[in-house]
Amino acid sequence: MPVKVHLDHVGMAFTTPSGTFRAVAPMNLSIESGRFVSLVGPSGCGKSTLFNVIAGLLQPTEGHVLIDGEDATGTIGRVGYMLQKDLLLPWRTVLDNVILGMEVQGKPLKEARERALPLLQKYGLAGFEYLYPNSLSGGMRQRAALLRTLLFDTDVILLDEPFGALDAQTKLQMQEWLMQLWSDFKKTVVFVTHDVEEAIYLSDEIHVMGTRPGRILETIPVTLPRPRARTTALTPEFITIKERCMNLLATPALNMAA
Amino acid sequence: MTVQDTRRVAGMAHLDVAPATPAKPAGKPVRRLPVQKDWPTWAIVTAQLGILVSIVAAWEISATTGAIDAFFWSQPSAIWRTLKIFFTEGDAWTDISFTFRSTIFGFLIGTTAGSLFGLSFWWSRNYAAVVQPYIICFESIPKLALAPLIILVFGLGLVSKVAIATALTFVISTLTAYAGVKALDQDSEKLFYSLGASRWQVFRKLVVPVCLPWIISVLRVNIGLALTGAIVGEFIASQHGLGRQILYAGQTYDIALVWVAVLVLSTLAIVMYATVSWLESVLRKGTRQ
Repeated sequence: MPVKVHLDHVGMAFTTPSGTFRAVAPMNLSIESGRFVSLVGPSGCGKSTLFNVIAGLLQPTEGHVLIDGEDATGTIGRVGYMLQKDLLLPWRTVLDNVILGMEVQGKPLKEARERALPLLQKYGLAGFEYLYPNSLSGGMRQRAALLRTLLFDTDVILLDEPFGALDAQTKLQMQEWLMQLWSDFKKTVVFVTHDVEEAIYLSDEIHVMGTRPGRILETIPVTLPRPRARTTALTPEFITIKERCMNLLATPALNMAA
Repeated sequence: MTVQDTRRVAGMAHLDVAPATPAKPAGKPVRRLPVQKDWPTWAIVTAQLGILVSIVAAWEISATTGAIDAFFWSQPSAIWRTLKIFFTEGDAWTDISFTFRSTIFGFLIGTTAGSLFGLSFWWSRNYAAVVQPYIICFESIPKLALAPLIILVFGLGLVSKVAIATALTFVISTLTAYAGVKALDQDSEKLFYSLGASRWQVFRKLVVPVCLPWIISVLRVNIGLALTGAIVGEFIASQHGLGRQILYAGQTYDIALVWVAVLVLSTLAIVMYATVSWLESVLRKGTRQ
């Protein structure tokens, strides 16, 4: 499969009064088209920095971001980016929140609404189209935010811990919902999470990250067949991957204790 | 049997059915949630009117019996007579209209210009940093102290009153809109930019709607300030207006007329305040905050 996003020696350092702080060590990373890729790592491993760099919101101190082989370093509007918070605008209805990307791109409002309405209905927001976000539950808000990201017609979407604030039950539902969306829309997804099980369940590939400086410790392919049932989590292969991830993530803590 | 009696009996009946209260632990007083019972609306209104009537009656009686000096304090009956004359023989409506127009123009100009100025700080942090000390300086000046100067510059007419009202409302609106800008969520901005938005789009679709509730929140304060500005302007030098009327009446010891003008002025203030409150609630509904 062709490479969709390529990070070529991308590194990030911040200058602080006490010296230079390395947020991300120069790294290479290739993400193939149509894949679901997760970044897993402890806080401060530079996941969010990396996302901001890919989205063009942050200029890396070194290296280049290539999207479809083109240099996209520091250019905005090339990828869909969903931040941790849903960031729905309280003065807009769900429908008008969802079309924000299309609207910003200059699509006529009527056309954008016509395109969004059937999707809202298909993906679990039927009956909520004309409500305001403050009357929605956390899960519903995340759905709206995700649809907003998807309807911003880009091939790549970045999801920064989208289910981090949801309760366990809702989280499971949302994961299944996301899987359905992903197989319908055929997008390339880069997913950040703290939750190892979530990463394994959803991904084709997991990049386990470490801190000081932020870097990729290991890339673990997940070859579990799709569609995946919940019980996949009980298979030996799943458990092996989980164990590997947990060992990688536990190492820095042991080092600190020593 | 009164209402209270019935309730007491009902309470006792309830006690009979309920299990006995557990023994009180030694030294620990039993406290219950204090419950306040709301009066019916008619009782509240009656009490309110009662207070008004008592004050007016007490005033009239003490002025008539000589307990207070009617020359300095006037009395309700005299005020009522003057009020009738004020509206039938004087140019009441000219004065009311003059004060009203000064206030409204000052309110509109000050609020609009101030809000736009405050919002403009979003465009550049550097520009905001340069201008900020000047705004804070201007805020700390008692603007009313500048009123004589403003009258000299803009003359005796309406323009000078509008200018004073504008000066009073402008800074508040600027600072409030700027506070809204500063409270803007960085992540929301990020979201817009990640969608490839231009600065103008972010301003129109995010900054303005986010700051609108802040701007709305000062409308009521500003209408009061604008009225104060207009009145002070009329005190200093004017040919019309309720402020001038008050000053003139005071200088000619026509205390009843002072009260009449104050009464009319208060009515005007209440009407404008109520209108702005209504406008505020309409706008708030529109902005969903």
